[in-house]
Amino acid sequence: MAEVEETLKRIQSHKGVIGTMVVNAEGIPIRTTLDNSTTVQYAGLLHQLTMKTKSTVRDIDPQNDLTFLRIRSKKHEIMVAPDKEYLLIVIQNPCE
Amino acid sequence: MLPASAKIPLKQLHRQSICIVRGNRKKDEESGTDVVEGTDEWNHSKAAVRPPDQLELTDAELKEEFTRILTANNPHAPQNIVRYNFKEGTYKLIGFVDQLAVHYTQAGNLIPKDSDEGRRQHYRAELAAGSQESAKLIISEENLEEDEEPKELEAEAGSQTDVPAAGAVEKVTEEEMMTPKQPKELKLTNQFNFSDRASQTLNNPLRDRECQMEPPPRTNFSATANQWEIYDAYIEELKKQEKTKEKEKTKTPVAKKAGKMATRKLTSMESQSDDITKVSQAAKIVERMVNQNTYDDVAQDFKYYEEAADEFRDQEGTLLPLWKFQNDKAKRLAVTALCWNPKYRDLFAVGHGSYDFMKQSRGMLLLYSMKNPSFPEYIFSSESGIMCLDIHVDHPYLVVVGHYDGNVAIYNLKKPHSQPSFRSSAKSGKHTDPVWQVKWQKDDMDQNLNFFSVSSDGRIVSWTLVKSELVHTDVIKLKVEGSTTEVSEGLQLHTVGCGTAFDFHKEIDYMFLVGTEEGKIYKCSKSYSSQFLDTYDAHNMAVDAVSWNPYHTKVFMSCSSDWTVKIWDHTIKTPMFIYDLNSAVSDVAWAPYSSTVFAAVTTDGKAHVFDLVINKYEAICKQPVVAKKKNKITHVQFNPIHPIIIVGDDRGHITCLKLSPNLRKMPKEKKGQEVQKGPAVEIAKLDKLLNLVREVKTKT
Repeated sequence: MAEVEETLKRIQSHKGVIGTMVVNAEGIPIRTTLDNSTTVQYAGLLHQLTMKTKSTVRDIDPQNDLTFLRIRSKKHEIMVAPDKEYLLIVIQNPCE
Repeated sequence: MLPASAKIPLKQLHRQSICIVRGNRKKDEESGTDVVEGTDEWNHSKAAVRPPDQLELTDAELKEEFTRILTANNPHAPQNIVRYNFKEGTYKLIGFVDQLAVHYTQAGNLIPKDSDEGRRQHYRAELAAGSQESAKLIISEENLEEDEEPKELEAEAGSQTDVPAAGAVEKVTEEEMMTPKQPKELKLTNQFNFSDRASQTLNNPLRDRECQMEPPPRTNFSATANQWEIYDAYIEELKKQEKTKEKEKTKTPVAKKAGKMATRKLTSMESQSDDITKVSQAAKIVERMVNQNTYDDVAQDFKYYEEAADEFRDQEGTLLPLWKFQNDKAKRLAVTALCWNPKYRDLFAVGHGSYDFMKQSRGMLLLYSMKNPSFPEYIFSSESGIMCLDIHVDHPYLVVVGHYDGNVAIYNLKKPHSQPSFRSSAKSGKHTDPVWQVKWQKDDMDQNLNFFSVSSDGRIVSWTLVKSELVHTDVIKLKVEGSTTEVSEGLQLHTVGCGTAFDFHKEIDYMFLVGTEEGKIYKCSKSYSSQFLDTYDAHNMAVDAVSWNPYHTKVFMSCSSDWTVKIWDHTIKTPMFIYDLNSAVSDVAWAPYSSTVFAAVTTDGKAHVFDLVINKYEAICKQPVVAKKKNKITHVQFNPIHPIIIVGDDRGHITCLKLSPNLRKMPKEKKGQEVQKGPAVEIAKLDKLLNLVREVKTKT
């Protein structure tokens, strides 16, 4: 348990990381380092997008599965790593 | 239309003549021809007054007779009716069509005399007549006319009135008591002016009775049925089947109980454990992603950058620095060992310890992945400094480690404990001096894991893992030749040589080389424990590393703190090539992709890369690699597949460098000839060089 906590701490303190959050299978955020409204917004939207992406990948080949999803925008990069029950979202500003 | 009868009353004639006139005015021909007898002359004398829009016909046409047939067919009846016959299953034409056309119907109220109703009425009438006759006798005469009338009517209606009337009288006289009732019965209702009076009985009030039950509980259910959901369901089913099969196979009651207990424990553990641990896998992936972003340029360089300046640089090459790996916990410790994982080519193991015998502290074993330069994947710590390590080829999760205190230990990466799985101890035959090198060997006949270790105490020990215990066997005791001195008691005292490095031959399993502190290299065999196969007077100082060439079976290389690197042919006692690098050489390594390329690192922080094909006498790359000049490089390793090397220094930093294209040159393609690749080519390449050298030597 401590290992995972440490890993999350390291990610949060990494260069350029704006925020991290853990969302459960229903789209409800469990842990977050951002404020509530932003978190809820991110959680809801990204949860839907991840479900859609996963469905797409698996529809094409059921033996395949989604490993992670990266959305790069002008301002920052949103990284989503889906798990069986959880979703880990990290927002980073790639140093440029 | 015009009436066609001849006999017409006079008064109507006038009317007729007017009709005829009208008929002439009509447009159809018929009226013209359809003429009444009586008005013939009138018609002919009259001048034809024709309306302007009347049909103009020729005489012939006028005289033309049109036949009109009157049939009994109903013009409105359908001419052909088709009905579907279910027996035959086809549509059939019904031949006979009903031509009857009904114009007017009215239900009449005449009933035949002989019918039931008729007879009943007649009987009633007789009764009424009978009662009236008696009424006549009893009641006043005023009713006579009224009675007679009905009697008359009856007489008219019925034919045989006399007889029944008499009978009725007789009946009436008998039934005098019933006279008040009889007039009621006999009273005929006026069919045009009659009203019934009715009375209603009490209706029982109706009451609705209903019974309602509680509605069954409802829930909304929604799901999707995709291809992958169906696939998942099938896979689950398959797993269940496999489980049941396995259970059937291991069908002992004890095993069952144990299994149940285990499963119970598992389930309870899972429920107790915190939710956050399940994110570990995702967290790892995200950490790597975040690092990839931060070190994006480095990752791109690693993958794609090829030094363009090499074309202009003649034969020389460069080393491009990529990642730097370091960990706070291992800051003070020097890198004492490096090893790439044979299976996962981005994973490498680093052993930390100290070369300084005055400052001995703890040791660490870290495994880094190139995908995550900021934090190691695995961390193990030990009490004594780690001096060497090796990863098993077949079991890439087993790492054997040699310690400064002479112990050896095996770490299992699959188990997350910080403690080694197996450890030697004083009882189990540990070395009395630091273990300088360990190497895995092939599994022995009993499929037990086996490795060798060499140490300064002069012993080369073979360790076997028998039933989770380390069993040691002394293979060879290194003796310094010519140093046996006789002590007064007649004992022969051997000076023990201190082994500092060894390497096993790639093909000849039993043959291996050992380098010693005295600067000698011994060629030994696993089977001969007392004698060496050969001895080479290699260096003036301790041999730091020996290494067989990965392609050429005869060639090996050695380096020493006497500033030299020497390349040997094991059949010849003198080295083939000697290189002086101006500083103590701490490590050498052959490149995995070519038989003539090797790298050497020195304590002044420089890395030298040689390619014998290009330049026999000088390095094609001499580059300071570490950040601070005071850092001494301790080890170097080539990555088996990627064109990178890792270099460890005595500050605990590991630097990853990319080899520029000049350093990895393959033999040039000759026009028309295919480029041959493979070990044979490499061997031939080196052979050529060696032959040149040998020729030179024989000449001199």
